[in-house]
Amino acid sequence: MAASNFYAQTEMDGIMMAKNNFCTGAIYEYSSWNQYWEGTYKRENLNFGTVSTQKISVNGNYGITDNLNVIFSIPYVTTNATAGTMSGQKGFQDLSLTLKSLVYEKEIKGNWLSFYVLGRFSFPTSNYVADYLPLSIGLKSKTVSVRLMSDYQYGDLFATVSGAYVKRSNIEIDRNVYYTDEMHYTNEVNMPDAISFNARIGYRTSRLIAEAIFDNWTTQKGGFDITTNNMPFPSNTMNMTIIGFNGKYNLKQISGLAIIGGLNHVIAGRNVGQSDSFYGGLFYVLDFTKKIKTTTTDEK
Amino acid sequence: MKNNIYTTLGKCCLFALFLLNVSCNNDIEESNQQYPQLNPVNQDQLAGTWKPILLTAPDEFSLDVPVATTTAAYKAEINEIKSYQSNITNDQQRIIKYWSAGGVLRWNEIMQTLVARHNRPPYQNQDGTYPTPTTANPFANPQFPFSNPPFAARAYAYVSAAQYDAMVATWHYKKVYNRAAPFVVDGSIQVLVPKSTLPSYPSEDGVLAGVTVEILKLLFPTEIAYIQEKADEQKLYRIISGANVRSDVEAGAALGKKIAAKFTARASTDGAGAAIGNQALWTQLETNAIAKGETPWLSLDLPVRPPMLPLFGNVKSFLMKPADVVANRPSPPPSTNSPQFLTELNEVKKYSQEASKEHMKIVTFWADGVGTYTPPGHWNAIANAAFVQENFSEVRWARNLALLNIALMDAAISCWDAKYYYFNPRPCQVDSSIKTLTGVPNFPAYVSGHSTFSGAASTVLSHIIPSKASKFNTMATEASNSRLFGAIHYRSDCEKGLLLGKAVGNFAVNRATTDGAE
Repeated sequence: MAASNFYAQTEMDGIMMAKNNFCTGAIYEYSSWNQYWEGTYKRENLNFGTVSTQKISVNGNYGITDNLNVIFSIPYVTTNATAGTMSGQKGFQDLSLTLKSLVYEKEIKGNWLSFYVLGRFSFPTSNYVADYLPLSIGLKSKTVSVRLMSDYQYGDLFATVSGAYVKRSNIEIDRNVYYTDEMHYTNEVNMPDAISFNARIGYRTSRLIAEAIFDNWTTQKGGFDITTNNMPFPSNTMNMTIIGFNGKYNLKQISGLAIIGGLNHVIAGRNVGQSDSFYGGLFYVLDFTKKIKTTTTDEK
Repeated sequence: MKNNIYTTLGKCCLFALFLLNVSCNNDIEESNQQYPQLNPVNQDQLAGTWKPILLTAPDEFSLDVPVATTTAAYKAEINEIKSYQSNITNDQQRIIKYWSAGGVLRWNEIMQTLVARHNRPPYQNQDGTYPTPTTANPFANPQFPFSNPPFAARAYAYVSAAQYDAMVATWHYKKVYNRAAPFVVDGSIQVLVPKSTLPSYPSEDGVLAGVTVEILKLLFPTEIAYIQEKADEQKLYRIISGANVRSDVEAGAALGKKIAAKFTARASTDGAGAAIGNQALWTQLETNAIAKGETPWLSLDLPVRPPMLPLFGNVKSFLMKPADVVANRPSPPPSTNSPQFLTELNEVKKYSQEASKEHMKIVTFWADGVGTYTPPGHWNAIANAAFVQENFSEVRWARNLALLNIALMDAAISCWDAKYYYFNPRPCQVDSSIKTLTGVPNFPAYVSGHSTFSGAASTVLSHIIPSKASKFNTMATEASNSRLFGAIHYRSDCEKGLLLGKAVGNFAVNRATTDGAE
């Protein structure tokens, strides 16, 4: 249901920024659905029509060392429903900070095997309302997650798999009594944790990346289903499986400038909209080393 | 890489575990779990003489003479308590902690749960029509009931009124039979709750369990198993805690059941069953408004949904005569063709466009829409939090909640009467560019239900706890304003609704001054 910020584009790849390089850019994403899963029942809701989420994010990735990067992302989110009377919402959503570490790397007959550990922290940057689903811009929970990732590069082909456990903090809502599958006499809501899995496979050179993506987000115990004709709630069990395509092209003409773009489609879900999304963005690499500039510095 | 992979991975995993552990402690303390054991400052010894609501007299229904405390049969009941107390399980301790805060309080919370669980409008049929929940087949989809605000107001009122009459009868019989409590008869019995100085036959908890189960069976027929489980817990808690012997509890439950029958008979014939109306009536309401030259209300639900309980204004009140409802009907709203209407419409639009965070918070706090305990439930929760601090006896708890809930039911009756008499459109029906900050209820605008409920509730609560009157009135005004801020009501709806609520609440206040409890 929520404007999905379930994963960021730049974290889950087997790529590190070189030391003192800073890659920054903006991404625009449009996502919409007109069907959703009420528990396991897939339906439409004519009182919302098509629910859309637009997101403009500013992102950055800095190479502290060749093996340790810090990544940030902050999106501005706007929601809208084409039918019914409910007003859309907009605002700055959650800032995420990720430490990405290349912990092991080995050459096997000219091919590369590498392991990464990512620690991610996210928190809301504005006082937006979470208890306004499906049109709230986020769930307002602080999250801490740890992701283990492995990447294998075989010539120009590669495969990356990763998994993360996402711990979510309780949130406070503007009601002091609410019903989930029982009454709660508090304004605090216990947010269930989640496990995220991501796999990507494709073609990767210093000039071009083209990859297919499989992503799954599964809420752990503590969540509950939307009951028939009820409104969604932040602590619903929200699960989704996404397939997508992502591309990145480093321009020949302007060194350091890259174009990215992609598509995502939700193939299965629970208490979420079946959204389709597309995105595109521009990134530029700044080299803060005093050495002579290299061309494409964002590749190991 | 120089590092050994295993060492590095090990360090990373330790760091990860650290991060996950420090991030949050998810335990939540809920306010109603902190309520202390009920230990009334005043036992209201004379409550057996208070004026019942429906009973003709406190002894209208008979109660068997109890066996003497010197008999072998009573001795066996004392031994049952001792047997339980020799091995109290964790679950039994939980039951004692829960119920000892007060039976009227806990049943009211259970009611709030049932209302919230069933407060969902039916999902449409394939052809765009809507199925109707029916008592004839409550388990069919959609389940009976759809506990919308009028249904909920009436449900809270029946349970509270019946509990009050049952408590008056209980106090009456306690004095008549004057049976000592088990811990007085046998000093070796531990007492796990505050010792009551009242005679123990019949047990107030037994009576409450008996009367409440029967009424809830009628109101929430799909929940019988859940309700029975709660009642069994309540009865068991009195025995384990040493406060009552089994015959105190069982005789009480039997008395409660008899009293309930009088209320369920009334409920079956109070007009609520016919409140839904039919297509002919729905069309008539529209035709009437057009004939008066007004823009008629239209459902904004998609598919278009029949109006919610258009004949609820005809439901038989506990305190108001049908003529009282008409006499208190608010004066007409601004005509949909008038300049004042346009002014009010523009004000709604302004709130819609300039939704401040503070207004959003007020809208959300008072929304009490689908899937919640409704505005009457919200006022019950407010009342409970206030009553807990007053250490009322069970009979006074029951009396005060009965006054509140009868007034809330009258608010529903009077408000629904006005809504369908005037059949006034919602702001976003007239101007589709108005976007709302909460769901638009599926019934006419004038007057606001939230405002009427809040006016009635704050009037009654202010009478019961005068020291908190200004607090209750501030809350009522905020609840009323929340509907304007949310862009679903005009100012007239809110202001006139609040006034109507206060007028309705005064019927209950008048009763309060003459029921013998003050």
